[in-house]
Amino acid sequence: MPQTFDILVVGGGPAGIAAAVRAAESGASVAIVDDNFTLGGQIWRNAFTETAPDPQPEWRDRLQRTNVSLFCATRVFHQPEPGVLLAESADELLEFRYRKLVLATGARERFLPFPGWTLPNVMGAGGLQAMVKSGLPIRGKCVIVAGTGPLLLAVAAYLRCHGAEIPIICEQASWSRLARFAITLIRSPEKIPQALQLKRDLKGIPFAANTWPVAAHGRAAVETVALLRNGKSEQIVCDYLACGFHLVPNTELPALLGCQIRNGFVQVDELQQTTVPNVFCAGEPTGIGGLELSIIEGQIAGFAAAGRNTEAQRLYSHRDVCRRFARRLERTFCLRPELKSLPSPDTIICRCEDVRHSRLQEHTSWRAAKLHTRCGMGPCQGRICGPATEFLYKWNPDSVRPPLFPVRVNSLAAVGRTNQPEHHGLRGGH
Amino acid sequence: MPDQISVKVNGAAISVPSGATAAVAMAIAGQPCRTSVTGEPRGPLCGMGICFECRVTINGVPHCRSCQIPCEPGMEVNSEV
Amino acid sequence: MVLFALCGESSWLLRQFRTQPCRATLYTLVRNTPRKAETVTNAIYDVVIVGAGIVGAACADEFARRSLRVAVVDREVVGSGATAAGMGHIVVMDDSEAQFALTRYSQQLWQALRNDLPADVEYDQCGTIWVAADEEEMAEVRRKHHFYEARGVPSETLDAKRLKQSEPNLRDGLQGGLLVPEDAVLYPPCAARFLMQRAQQHGAKLVLGASVSTLGKGRVLLSDGLQLTSEIIINAAGAWSAELTPGIDVKRRKGHLVITDRYPAFLRHQLVELGYLKSAHSVASDSVAFNVQPRRTGQILIGSSRQFGAEHKEVDQEMIVRMLQRAQEYMPPLRDLSAIRVWTGFRAATPDKLPFIGPWPADKSVFLATGHEGLGITTSLATATILADQVTGAKPEIPIEPYLPSRVAKEYAHA
Repeated sequence: MPQTFDILVVGGGPAGIAAAVRAAESGASVAIVDDNFTLGGQIWRNAFTETAPDPQPEWRDRLQRTNVSLFCATRVFHQPEPGVLLAESADELLEFRYRKLVLATGARERFLPFPGWTLPNVMGAGGLQAMVKSGLPIRGKCVIVAGTGPLLLAVAAYLRCHGAEIPIICEQASWSRLARFAITLIRSPEKIPQALQLKRDLKGIPFAANTWPVAAHGRAAVETVALLRNGKSEQIVCDYLACGFHLVPNTELPALLGCQIRNGFVQVDELQQTTVPNVFCAGEPTGIGGLELSIIEGQIAGFAAAGRNTEAQRLYSHRDVCRRFARRLERTFCLRPELKSLPSPDTIICRCEDVRHSRLQEHTSWRAAKLHTRCGMGPCQGRICGPATEFLYKWNPDSVRPPLFPVRVNSLAAVGRTNQPEHHGLRGGH
Repeated sequence: MPDQISVKVNGAAISVPSGATAAVAMAIAGQPCRTSVTGEPRGPLCGMGICFECRVTINGVPHCRSCQIPCEPGMEVNSEV
Repeated sequence: MVLFALCGESSWLLRQFRTQPCRATLYTLVRNTPRKAETVTNAIYDVVIVGAGIVGAACADEFARRSLRVAVVDREVVGSGATAAGMGHIVVMDDSEAQFALTRYSQQLWQALRNDLPADVEYDQCGTIWVAADEEEMAEVRRKHHFYEARGVPSETLDAKRLKQSEPNLRDGLQGGLLVPEDAVLYPPCAARFLMQRAQQHGAKLVLGASVSTLGKGRVLLSDGLQLTSEIIINAAGAWSAELTPGIDVKRRKGHLVITDRYPAFLRHQLVELGYLKSAHSVASDSVAFNVQPRRTGQILIGSSRQFGAEHKEVDQEMIVRMLQRAQEYMPPLRDLSAIRVWTGFRAATPDKLPFIGPWPADKSVFLATGHEGLGITTSLATATILADQVTGAKPEIPIEPYLPSRVAKEYAHA
């Protein structure tokens, strides 16, 4: 039953694929485990299927030339002992044994609550894009894109390309921040063609900085969105609101394994090694930095896991360049304090348990709120409400416990270890 | 491979593009995926399988994340109350 | 830095003088306005309760309603120890006459309170079914039935067919069970919070995020150096009681729980295998038993496990596996339910399975309200009532001798 590999990569997005390819090229036995039913993560979603449209990422060909084993629709949920990970697929419990581990778990969108955000057809920006990539018809539909971060532009361009009408893109960052960011692009000249392409793709779509949604209205689904634009209210009719406030790293698995997390990101050394021996981390969990940085870090981690440190080192300077860009991203798109006043007292903050803002405000810690309101106790395990409550109430999140993901009771029960080792310090408990 | 396949959403036959997810089938049918604990209609939020708002019952199995499940011909997808 | 959460009323409160002889303290006219931490600790209290779990909260409520000046101290938040971790089961037990008396009395107090409980306490009189897997356990069912019948507790013997009708997801081949319809379940942290808020409405002061260094000789010393003074200190610190009152025989007994996603109508009653009693009785070994509870939300709580000597709060893989395999044996459809969370907690266990409720012989100012093991939720109200009776000189409704800490006086000579 156990599947054994030299190098196990968790996460099949750009970082994971790059890591797996580099590791496999050195002759190691490599596997990728990913929750989605095809590879590519979010940004390359559906680019790795047989019928994927062009252009396909070059890494697709590189991956196909290796013999990396792929485990899609498979969720890692627990580490019973070092060197072993448990995962669940549609109908099986899988045990993976590895010598080296690369965590490339990516990021998710940050959601900030506002009145009406729980209406159907209010989705994340990446969320709506993922749905369209998964077959949602969008031609002729009116989509407002809002929130913060470069993802908004990429999503708007994609949606428009597929026939959506976009009345406005709303960015909460100020014009001055955006201007500063644009100017610093000079220091990242390789980004300029991308930026210009985006500009072309978005030609004619109004872009408003200093603007954010304050309410979504509708009965069965969103019908209009109220915006605050430079201090003035505006109502726009729409079919969809694609709204996300940049990205938060998926650090749950690294945390479970005991990796040091600082300021919300996984700490890694030059070789992308975490503080846990034999565990590497690459891509967004080490710092939100976008596609190029993810691919570089993935390669470094893959080389390093395979013992090819010299080749890893050759990529350091490229990584530095990308990281500088990433830091500028973070500064530009930080959240403005006005967004803390978005929720009204009866705005739902925890969607799994329908816990409203007024009930949460009185608590001074995540733990107290969780105990007394059940906020964060639902199946999302705080992934959606956690970043929001951190921003709104300054709570620090709880420690991470297995299962990392809801799994079948039988998966928790089927783990029979005959030689249970000495307890090794998994964080957990109440 | 056919361009469209037929699935059932809350008992009604719906035609979806081949390869579309069950969440897309719900959307095409104009049905919310689930009802929240206080009775609100809900649909997909994150699109990547972590928010659990898109949960539906598929072929009798409850709490399936519809954004992560490709449609198969004849699949029965039902909203969760 | 110590956090203080103070709740007071901004009105003058006239305290009446007590006339009871024991441990009376002179009252002063005080003004209950929100104060800084220092003035909370400068005030004089009649009772200081260490521990804001269900037992501490129940005590606070009871004492405050009897017009005593109460302060409650907890190093975390209300209901954060075993109260947060356990199944909120309100159950009548028949291990011994003393345990029966306490659980029955307390269950009736909960019933009387039920209409005052807010919705988030999720009180639900779903009843318990004690499940018999074989003829030996069925004999136990009949014995329990007679025991309860003789003492006025409604119960009903179920044969195999009735059992399966009552709970279709139980496996075939079980012998039957005993339905105890007046047992109930609730959500403990919110119950503790309700009781604490009621206590505060009667003037009790709540000090959270405050670790206690020592308690005794009329004062509770906090780790930041501040202190509260009182002639009556109640140690309601549950699994950590023995750290604050050295020599009491309260040991930590670890348990695990799993909660599922929502499956309405999957389970209707709290189900307990009759081997539960064997598990609770075993002193030395780790044990698991089949024990599931429906929540009003439709989620299923799956337990239970008991371990001695496990000091870390991390989930023990082996215990989870054993516990869930046992549960699946009794209820096979559990296998396919989605499990959302797993956690642990520590019960406070005593050698004779009865709690300590009453004065601690080694220190005149210390009273114990601890050692409730798996019955803290059930017996919290009765604990508070009979303790308050002892302190105020009122006559308790049930004999208190079986719960007095002095019953194990010879034990603490070793400490």
